[in-house]
Amino acid sequence: MATVSVKNLAIAFGGTKVIENLSLEVAEGEFIVLLGPSGCGKSTLLNSIAGLQEIDGGQIWIGGKNVTWEEPKDRGIGMVFQSYALYPRMTVEGNLTFGLKMAKVSQGEIEKRVAKAAGILQIQPLLKRRPGELSGGQRQRVAIGRALVRDVGVFLFDEPLSNLDAKLRTELRVEIKKLHQALGSTMIYVTHDQIEALTLADRIAVMHHGVIQQLASPKEIYRRPVNRFVAGFVGSPSMNFIKGNLETSNGAPAFRLSEESLLSLDGYPFKQPFQQGQPGILGLRPEQMILREKPPGATPLPLKVLVD
Amino acid sequence: MKAEISSNTAHLMVSRGEAAGRKPQRLTIGRIGIYTFLIISAAFFLLPLYVMVITSLKTMPEIRQGNLFAFPEAFNLAAWMKAWSSACTGLDCNGVSVGFLNSFKIAIPSVIASIGLAAWTGYALCFWRAKGAEFIFAILLAGAFIPFQVFIYPIVRIFSTIGLFGTLPGIIIVHVVFGLPVTTLLFRNFFVGLPIDLFKASRVDGANFYQIFRHIMLPMATPIIVVAVILQVTGIWNDFLYGLIFAGRENLPMTVQLNNVVNSTQGVKEYNVNMAATIITALLPLLVYFFSGRWFVRGIAAGAVKG
Repeated sequence: MATVSVKNLAIAFGGTKVIENLSLEVAEGEFIVLLGPSGCGKSTLLNSIAGLQEIDGGQIWIGGKNVTWEEPKDRGIGMVFQSYALYPRMTVEGNLTFGLKMAKVSQGEIEKRVAKAAGILQIQPLLKRRPGELSGGQRQRVAIGRALVRDVGVFLFDEPLSNLDAKLRTELRVEIKKLHQALGSTMIYVTHDQIEALTLADRIAVMHHGVIQQLASPKEIYRRPVNRFVAGFVGSPSMNFIKGNLETSNGAPAFRLSEESLLSLDGYPFKQPFQQGQPGILGLRPEQMILREKPPGATPLPLKVLVD
Repeated sequence: MKAEISSNTAHLMVSRGEAAGRKPQRLTIGRIGIYTFLIISAAFFLLPLYVMVITSLKTMPEIRQGNLFAFPEAFNLAAWMKAWSSACTGLDCNGVSVGFLNSFKIAIPSVIASIGLAAWTGYALCFWRAKGAEFIFAILLAGAFIPFQVFIYPIVRIFSTIGLFGTLPGIIIVHVVFGLPVTTLLFRNFFVGLPIDLFKASRVDGANFYQIFRHIMLPMATPIIVVAVILQVTGIWNDFLYGLIFAGRENLPMTVQLNNVVNSTQGVKEYNVNMAATIITALLPLLVYFFSGRWFVRGIAAGAVKG
């Protein structure tokens, strides 16, 4: 178990700045998900925490130790890759023990750790097989096992479920969550799949253009997105955006869609006061629109609905 | 009414689950054409070999009768014996056996050294993103295309200055150096095709640059190693020019001795001995291709897809 903190991180590829002045604090035992579209810098951030990506500025601390220039093996991390990255010419057992052999761990200790990891992930029957003889789900289990035997405080997942089919993805998602609850380790998990993010995370960091847009609990991200990117990216189907103007009517805030249509926003807290007639954008989640007879107190909204 | 429906469904099931219509014919005119062409080409390339083999088994009087394609009256191995142990290569009359040994002494260290170096260089060029790696690769690539005859005289001068000219280490170094561009290219392209995550995973596992090469990358490179071995063994075994120039009188490879046997001018031209000596010389590359053809094609194809 360990904390992870990223301080003023800067990374550039050639002349392009991918990440600039990024800071992130991960508490001990926390499950953080880095969520964002491809190319937003989330995998780069994860690789820099792992020590696989050289950084151009800032510091990385793991477990209260400055590891900015440490080798990956000395950072106390285990990593799981999207492509599994199992060593194809070794058996499952060889894959699990390779890192320990490199670290010159004693044979007894190796056996103990492999037995424990294999028990947790239920891969004992697979130990003598080669990765080529395993299914996708089994391979990813072995890859998780390889991180597990390292006996470290921080686990890094780089889109671990993206290569699996939908059913397996759901199953393994549950297992990863259970694993987190059982081990209590700090976990940093990169994904572009918002369902994974919303179901797994203690906190989600929504990233875009190398910047963390919002870092908050899944509920907070969903209910109170800080900007339009977060609002539009999280939620499926995505949020509707309607242009209009903000007004005060009968002492309560309201949103004017058109001459004859005014939507009361009574009871919705505002972050900052607005001026009468100030243009704004109303975000409406599709799942919160209900088509039915008008119940008392609800606002009728004459809208054209396009379903595609 | 009911019967009609069930027969309909039955029909549907047939068309979905089982093959319908006529079975496609296996022997078409196109196929016959292809096989005819293949058989003729095979015969075309096999004919010289056939002539060589039967001539080597004939006696000289029989050869003088001039029936080139005729089968020998009796299998006579005398020419083979002579080619191997007593044919004259200039002044010495020890056959091509001396050259056979020399060729092995040259080929084995050259193949091992050039492939070891090429695998390591290709690996480093692929995974060690050092400044100038691309430039080195470009130079190497150019090296594969410059005609090697250009280098001969400078190397002769350099080697004679440092005392390597006409020695076994000298010829081995020449083979290793000239083999490196193509074999390095082969390995580099193979390693580029491997997922970079493997390299990252082994770094997280704590393996250093050499250990990753030794334990992860090299075991995966078996197909490309086989290809490189075939290329190098046949290339070095068949080499004539380097051997003639750099090997020195003591270490002349088989190809050079074969030339001396065949082109020695005194006395009668012993066609049967010449044929036998040529077959013996060509035997090793022939066997290498024969036994590794499948691997060779697989390796080349893997390189093509992944490179």
